[in-house]
Amino acid sequence: MEKFVKHEGLVAPLDRANVDTDQIIPKQFLKSIKRTGFGPNLFDEWRYLDEGYPGQDNDARPENPDFVLNRPEYQGATVLLARRNFGCGSSREHAPWALMDFGFRAVIAPSFADIFYNNCFKNGLLPIVLSEEQMEELFQAEAANPGLRLTVDLEAQQVRTPDGKAYAFDIDEFRKHCLLNGLDEIGLTLQEADTIRAYEERRRAREPWVFAEHASH
Amino acid sequence: MAGKTLYDKLWDAHLVAQREDGSALIYIDRHIIHEVTSPQAFEGLRLAGRQPWRTGAAVATIDHNVPTTPFKSAADITDETSRIQVQTLQDNTREFGITEFGIGDVRQGIVHVMAPEQGAVVPGMTVVCGDSHTSTNGALACLAHGIGTSEVEHVLATQTLVAKKMKNMQVKVEGDLGPGVTAKDVVLHIIGVIGTAGGTGHAIEFAGSAIRSLSMEGRMTVCNMAIEAGARAGMVAVDDTTVDYVKGRPMAPSGEQWAQAEAYWRTLVSDDDARFDTVVEIDAADIRPQVSWGTSPEMVVAVDANLPDPQAESDEVKRSGMLRAYEYMGLKPGIKVGDIPVDRVFIGSCTNSRIEDLRAAADVARGRKKADSVKQVLVVPGSGLVKKQAEQEGLDKIFIEAGFEWREPGCSMCLAMNPDRLQPGEHCASTSNRNFEGRQGNGGRTHLVSPAMAAAAAVAGHFVDVRGLG
Repeated sequence: MEKFVKHEGLVAPLDRANVDTDQIIPKQFLKSIKRTGFGPNLFDEWRYLDEGYPGQDNDARPENPDFVLNRPEYQGATVLLARRNFGCGSSREHAPWALMDFGFRAVIAPSFADIFYNNCFKNGLLPIVLSEEQMEELFQAEAANPGLRLTVDLEAQQVRTPDGKAYAFDIDEFRKHCLLNGLDEIGLTLQEADTIRAYEERRRAREPWVFAEHASH
Repeated sequence: MAGKTLYDKLWDAHLVAQREDGSALIYIDRHIIHEVTSPQAFEGLRLAGRQPWRTGAAVATIDHNVPTTPFKSAADITDETSRIQVQTLQDNTREFGITEFGIGDVRQGIVHVMAPEQGAVVPGMTVVCGDSHTSTNGALACLAHGIGTSEVEHVLATQTLVAKKMKNMQVKVEGDLGPGVTAKDVVLHIIGVIGTAGGTGHAIEFAGSAIRSLSMEGRMTVCNMAIEAGARAGMVAVDDTTVDYVKGRPMAPSGEQWAQAEAYWRTLVSDDDARFDTVVEIDAADIRPQVSWGTSPEMVVAVDANLPDPQAESDEVKRSGMLRAYEYMGLKPGIKVGDIPVDRVFIGSCTNSRIEDLRAAADVARGRKKADSVKQVLVVPGSGLVKKQAEQEGLDKIFIEAGFEWREPGCSMCLAMNPDRLQPGEHCASTSNRNFEGRQGNGGRTHLVSPAMAAAAAVAGHFVDVRGLG
């Protein structure tokens, strides 16, 4: 997994609540069997005026000029400001894959849906929760000063503005550790293989039916 | 010391290791796999040279991509990318020795219909799948929730998940449900009350006499949409209904093990003195048939209500969401629900494609005809076995005589990853779970309803109160 230590980048504001993962990456693009290449179809239904389908030449498609990520001042944005319950709905990990593939490294919102939040950490995309009031301040700061850049410092657990204002955020210790070091979670868990086997033996004695083998195919 | 909730008990029984940093390793009993969220996970295993930890824990089927018109092999799927995913799952399950109910198998169907039907999910299990509606399986007193593809790979490789314990929430629905009020109306009403983020960070236990009065199918419908209330997991405690449902299913314990299993399962209820972090109490008498009007499942009203006025909403973020939803849906505040025209009807999905759902829709369709203004009514059973049973009961004939289309099992128009979809601007009465923009097809407008309400809308050409039908 890609490491995340500190990141400084251009901010884009997505001023709507309950952005669901169907919007982040519509279903027709889930048919890929790869983890990459979803960036051009991030927010497809909002970004383009025509209907998207896999394998299209996205450069030739008509863009929606009003959509925030299409506006010239947000080209190259890497930090997304969002509203409450970002990433709700489907569990598709294609959502963080698409955000990362597009270039985002951090999403800051007052709340995230649980599964999306979890999926971000598996891919080196940092989801940051700030309060509704702090988010409002950031949205206003960005509106007053388009081109705003923010520093996201995972080690210090801070989001900082160029004029030195700092917003502290909470993060789970284990997730922070994995992100800072770009750790392979499966490899870490397999270090506890003996503990897992011992657990299985205890369960097997108590609930043997859970471990019953059934005919395959 | 306070007693334990059902969720506390399930969590404790699956705790492999508690780490100092607050995270925990949780054992996964059952892993359900489908074609859309698994290819990258299998590829990850191959790249790392890893094998599945316990192949017997996994069971796979195809659902999201499959056409709902008859087909005999993957080669018959005309959409190339769908065909590749269906084929890839078949290749992966064969390579790694995982059971798959594939093309032509009567057990094939929507993951969350197939698994309980086969007894692959029994009480007391932890159940995961790369699909957010895995919460459905919590109806069997399981800890069941959706996971992302990286976690699919993690479960395949280690049979565990790194997790943090959620909070406990109880949603208690007391009283008798009125005639025409179904499990779908109960859960839509709950989401209308607590909101789409109301359950975020929580595991919800649905309780109370109205929940206990529901069949297993009904409980699955309620737990299915826990995720639409923000909760990854929904669950219902074990009672006679649960035990009776599981008995005799192909993968359920039998013989001597049955007695042992049942004795344990009977303990899977919240203790009387258990403590919940959040309790929501709902009076069953307040629940009327529901229709969603907007682009979030919390945007829902009773069928006899008028659409809400955004100006009356004090929360600015919510108000702007409502205004955007009205624009997308092509509707105006204040109009009656009954004035919304219906272009297509979809009866199916992991929410409402079980036999009881099809019976409820058939009861309304019997002796009636689809309105001429309705372009299409799809009835899509949740599995090959549901289809077979419905045909034995003659439900297929009732639907066909009413002008509805009787299809093959799959996810169908719930998410339009297959040929079943809405055209831009069309209004759909749908028994599925999400009314997000574009979910059922680019520009499509989804209204979430119960199977009976969907069938009634198909007959009338607009929404009608199913309680008023003779």
